[in-house]
Amino acid sequence: MSRSFTFRNGVIAALLLVLILLPAYVMLTGDRFLLTLFTRIVILAMAAVSLNLILGYGGMMSFGHAAYLGIGGYTAAILCFEGIQSGFVQWPAAIAVSALFALVVGALSLRTRGVYFIMITLAFAQMAYYLASGMARYGGDDGLAMESRSQFAGLLNLSNKTTFYYVCLALLFASLFLVWRMTNSRFGLVLQGVRSNETRMRAIGFPTFRYKLAAFVIAGVMCGLSGALIANHTDFVSPAMMFWTRSGDLMVMVVLGGMGTLFGPVFGALALLFLEQFLPAMISAMVRPFNPAGAAKAGEYWQIVLGPLLLIIVLFARGGIDGLLGTLSRHLPGSSERGHG
Amino acid sequence: MADALLQVAGLSKRFGGIVASDAIDLDVVPGELHAVIGPNGAGKTTLIAQLTGQLHADSGTIRFAESDITKMPMYERSLIGLARSFQITSLFLDLTVLENVLLAVQAHAGHSFRFWSDARSDAALREPAMAALARVGLADRALQRASALSHGEHRQIELAMALAGKPRMLLLDEPMAGMGPDESARMVAMLRELKGGLTILLVEHDMEAVFALADRITVLVYGRVIASGRPEEIRANAEVRRAYLGEGDWERAHAR
Ligand SMILES: Nc1ncnc2c1ncn2[C@@H]1O[C@H](COP(=O)(O)OP(=O)(O)O)[C@@H](O)[C@H]1O
Ligand SMILES: [Mg+2]
Repeated sequence: MSRSFTFRNGVIAALLLVLILLPAYVMLTGDRFLLTLFTRIVILAMAAVSLNLILGYGGMMSFGHAAYLGIGGYTAAILCFEGIQSGFVQWPAAIAVSALFALVVGALSLRTRGVYFIMITLAFAQMAYYLASGMARYGGDDGLAMESRSQFAGLLNLSNKTTFYYVCLALLFASLFLVWRMTNSRFGLVLQGVRSNETRMRAIGFPTFRYKLAAFVIAGVMCGLSGALIANHTDFVSPAMMFWTRSGDLMVMVVLGGMGTLFGPVFGALALLFLEQFLPAMISAMVRPFNPAGAAKAGEYWQIVLGPLLLIIVLFARGGIDGLLGTLSRHLPGSSERGHG
Repeated sequence: MADALLQVAGLSKRFGGIVASDAIDLDVVPGELHAVIGPNGAGKTTLIAQLTGQLHADSGTIRFAESDITKMPMYERSLIGLARSFQITSLFLDLTVLENVLLAVQAHAGHSFRFWSDARSDAALREPAMAALARVGLADRALQRASALSHGEHRQIELAMALAGKPRMLLLDEPMAGMGPDESARMVAMLRELKGGLTILLVEHDMEAVFALADRITVLVYGRVIASGRPEEIRANAEVRRAYLGEGDWERAHAR
C-alpha cells in the first residue's frame, strides 16, 4: 500500500470516519433506521472481508460462505434458547463450531479445483441449510428467535443500539487489521502465490494444502463470528441466512468492492446494501412522472436493474470499486500512486 | 558411478501407446553440466518431470545424494536441493519480480505459518532474493509486476528463483527457448558462470549453446538413450548423426 496521500486513501479515510461518527449523526437527526442499516453493513462487511481472504487473496472460489453466517448465528441462538446467555460462551462457541465446519469442508474440498471446488463448498452450505430446516426443536424452517442478546457480565449492553454498533465496528476493524497483517506476512505471500500459480508453488517446495486449509479455517471463523453478530442484530436466525443466494451476495460484495484488496469488501458491502435499500425507491421516483399509477409496482422490479448494474460495474471497472478509486487516483492531479500488488 | 549426485536407473514412463521414457540410465556427477539433447518429442521434458516429481515413473529408480527419491513428492525434492526451471515459463505473473523470488527463498526458510511480520521487508528473505536477482541482472526490475517483463526476462526470473533456494542441482528445461540471440548469449554467459559451483542438468535445443557449455551430453531419441559421453564423442557418434540427419541445428553447430 502506498503511504502517500492519494484519492483512494482519502476516500478510505473518509469512509472510516463516516463509520466511526455515524452514531453521532444518528443522535443529532434521530434517524434510527440509518443506524440499523449501517450495523447490518458493518456485520456483512466483516463477512465479506473474511471471504475476501480466501477468494481474493487465496483464489479459492468458495461458494458456500454464508453457511458460516448461519453456523455462527445458530450457535449463539441455540445456546441462548438452551439458557446459556453469556456471550463469553456463545461467541467462542460460534468460533469453535465454525472452525470445525471449515476444517471438514476444507479438508474435503481443497484438493479439488475449479468447478469441483465450487460445487463441494456449495453442497456443504446447502447441507447446513437443510440441517437447520430440519431441526424441529429450533424452529425448523421458521427459524429461531434469540430471546435476549448475548450477555457480557454487565460490561457491555448489546441491547443498546449504539453500543452494539460500536462492538460490530470494532470487530470489523479488528478483522481488517488481522487481514492486513496476514496478507503481508509470509503466510499471506504463500496464499497469493497459490492464487497466482499453485502448481509452481508446489514445485518450489510449498505443501500448499495445509496453508489453504489454514486460510479456509481463519476465514470461516471470522465469518462465523459475524454470524453471531447478525443473530444479535436481528434477534433471530433462520435457515434462509445460509441459502446459496446469500453466499452469492457475499461474493458480489467481494467482487464489486475489489478482490484481493484490503478495503474492497467494505466498499462492496456498503454499495450492495445501499443499492438493495434505495434502488426500489429510486426506480419508483424515476417512473412516477411517466406512469404515476405503476410507479410503486416498478420499484418491485429493482433486482432486474441491480443485476445488469453489477455486471456493468464488474466488467467496466476491473478491480471493482477499489480498482476504480485507484484509476481515479492516478488521473487526479496532486497524487501519485503506482500499481500495487 | 558411485559418487554421482543424481543417479537414474531403468526409468520408464508410458503415455498410452507412447513410450516417453524407455529404461533411461543417467548419472550426473557433482559440479558437472550435463546436457540432454534429442529431437522434439524425444522425452526430455518427461524425464525432467520425473526428476522433479511432477510425474511418477512407471518403473525404475531415481537417487539423489545417495537417497532414493523415486516416490518422494515434488515439494520435498525441491527442499532437498533439486531445483527446476520450467520449459514453459511458469511464474507468478500478477506478483512482482521480487515477490516471485521471495517465494522461492521462503520455500526453503522453514514453514510459512508466520502471520504477523511483513515478509517483503524481512531481511532473511529479501537479501537472498535480491542477491539472486542481481546474479541474473534483474535487480533494477524487482518492484515491477512480473507480467510487465519480456519473455527473455521471464527466463531470467526463472533462473533467479531456481538459484534463490540455494539448490545443489539445477534442472533446466530449455532455458533459451524463445530467446533472441542477445538474450541467449546472456543466458549462456550466466550458465557458464554458474557451472562448477552447481551441478546442472540442461535440456536445450540450441546446439551451439549445448556444445559450448556441456561437460557431458546424453542423447535421447524416442525415450531411449542412444549415446552418452563427452561433447567430442557425441559429435563423432554415427548413430547421433543419423538421428539428427537433416536437422538444421546440428548442421549449423558442426559447420564451424
Ligand atoms: N501428459 C502427456 N500425456 C500424453 N502424452 C504425453 C504427455 N507428455 C508428453 N507426452 C508425449 O511423450 C512424448 C515425449 O514428450 P516430451 O517429454 O514433451 O518431449 P520433449 O520434451 O523431448 O520434446 C511425446 O510423444 C509427447 O507427445
Ligand atoms: Mg520439451
